[in-house]
Amino acid sequence: MRKSADAVVIGGGTIGCAVAYNLAKKGFKNVVLLEKKYITSGSTGRCAAGFRQQWGTKINCLISRASAQIFKNLSEELDYEDIEYRESGYLLITYKEDQAQMLEKNLKLQNSLEIPSKKLSPKEAKEMIPHLNTEGMVAAFYCQEDGHVNPFKATFAYAHAAKNLGVEINTYTTVTGIKTNSNGASSKRKVTAVVTDNGTIETNLVINATGPYSKFIGQMLGLSHPIEPERHQILITEPMERLFDPLVMSFHHNSYCQQVPHGGFIMGYGNPHEPKGLNYQHDWTFLEEMAQKIVFQLPILKNVRVVRQWAGHYDISPDGQPVIGAVPEVEGYYLSHGCGKGFMLAPMIAKLTSELVAGQETSLPIDILSIERFKKGELIIEPAVV
Amino acid sequence: MNKKTYLCRCEDVTLEDVHKLIDTGVQTFEEIKRHTRCTMGPCQGSTCRNVLAGEIANKKGMKVEEIDIPTYRAPVKPIKLGTIAGGESDA
Repeated sequence: MRKSADAVVIGGGTIGCAVAYNLAKKGFKNVVLLEKKYITSGSTGRCAAGFRQQWGTKINCLISRASAQIFKNLSEELDYEDIEYRESGYLLITYKEDQAQMLEKNLKLQNSLEIPSKKLSPKEAKEMIPHLNTEGMVAAFYCQEDGHVNPFKATFAYAHAAKNLGVEINTYTTVTGIKTNSNGASSKRKVTAVVTDNGTIETNLVINATGPYSKFIGQMLGLSHPIEPERHQILITEPMERLFDPLVMSFHHNSYCQQVPHGGFIMGYGNPHEPKGLNYQHDWTFLEEMAQKIVFQLPILKNVRVVRQWAGHYDISPDGQPVIGAVPEVEGYYLSHGCGKGFMLAPMIAKLTSELVAGQETSLPIDILSIERFKKGELIIEPAVV
Repeated sequence: MNKKTYLCRCEDVTLEDVHKLIDTGVQTFEEIKRHTRCTMGPCQGSTCRNVLAGEIANKKGMKVEEIDIPTYRAPVKPIKLGTIAGGESDA
């Protein structure tokens, strides 16, 4: 392992690998990435492999639109195999009037930001997916340019390209501390080194891209980041012939389901009573409730078999929105978190992070995503979350 | 005749695929799983997990006990969503 680095990225998920790649592309000669297990072992490799642009805040619309456009040409840009980018669409369905109104408001915002989403009647939704249960459905919203990317391949692609640009990737390496110095009580602390179970790396720049583990890295600096791990469960079925294209997201059921290119149906839902904390256990309750929700929405799936269920984590900030930027208490320490949307927003979050770290003007105005907003009480409320 | 040796029959992963990955620096079973989908098919590794662990150990000159076997996940065998949702028998 290198003894010193221009920048150290902690976390081998999509964001970490993409930050390392973007920094190297900007001319950082010596970037080191540290990953506790293997690349994609955390939230990235456990996510639902979707990306969408149908959001209810301007900043999410802008970041997701830019990310989708980067994903589109990523295989070529990174000189890697097909990352399974598919514009298979997201269909948001709702069985409630008030949710339909919320989604309609979001639609206007999306369209004003050049996101080509549209409203569909239940009849039109049924034409798109004949297997869909439209009984009692109030409305549906659709964006063709949402879709699927394989999280493993996209992340391996970023890691591959980063290595080609000279980034050193150390897997199975655990960060145990971050050293700082201070030239007096009044001056700000500065990052001087990252300590691991495999040696110390001197550096003045550290990017925390550890998602649900963020606060544990923060604690090493005596900081308390208000970003908590929250378990989300998910399942996949046996592969089937192509039944339908769009990911179906029901705000009524708080659930989503898509048929991935491999053929399996991947699905999950957000449990509003899920306690905060790390928990990789999966449970039967999830399987039962998920099965009931999906058999209601897409009755044809009742004959499809579940082969596997697992759990991963969202990195939940107080407003559920991404946290990107410098941490004011410690010079040279940055956060780069998608907060439950990390994979789908990763290409743009990583680009913006690398711009900040390089001291450049960011491609989008992201001051509002600084961790400072929680102290100031300036939360960004995104209404369209599952 | 096809002389490939299939280790994971659900996902068509061959001995050659596994050797090639190890040669290019993909070192652990967990990583090989994410690159090839081995053990992620309908059998969930019940037929191939031990064979794969053995071959990874062989190639790396390690003992099978030292290989990181991926997590066993529920359900043990595939179950229809309709059966889980209630009211239908799994024929």
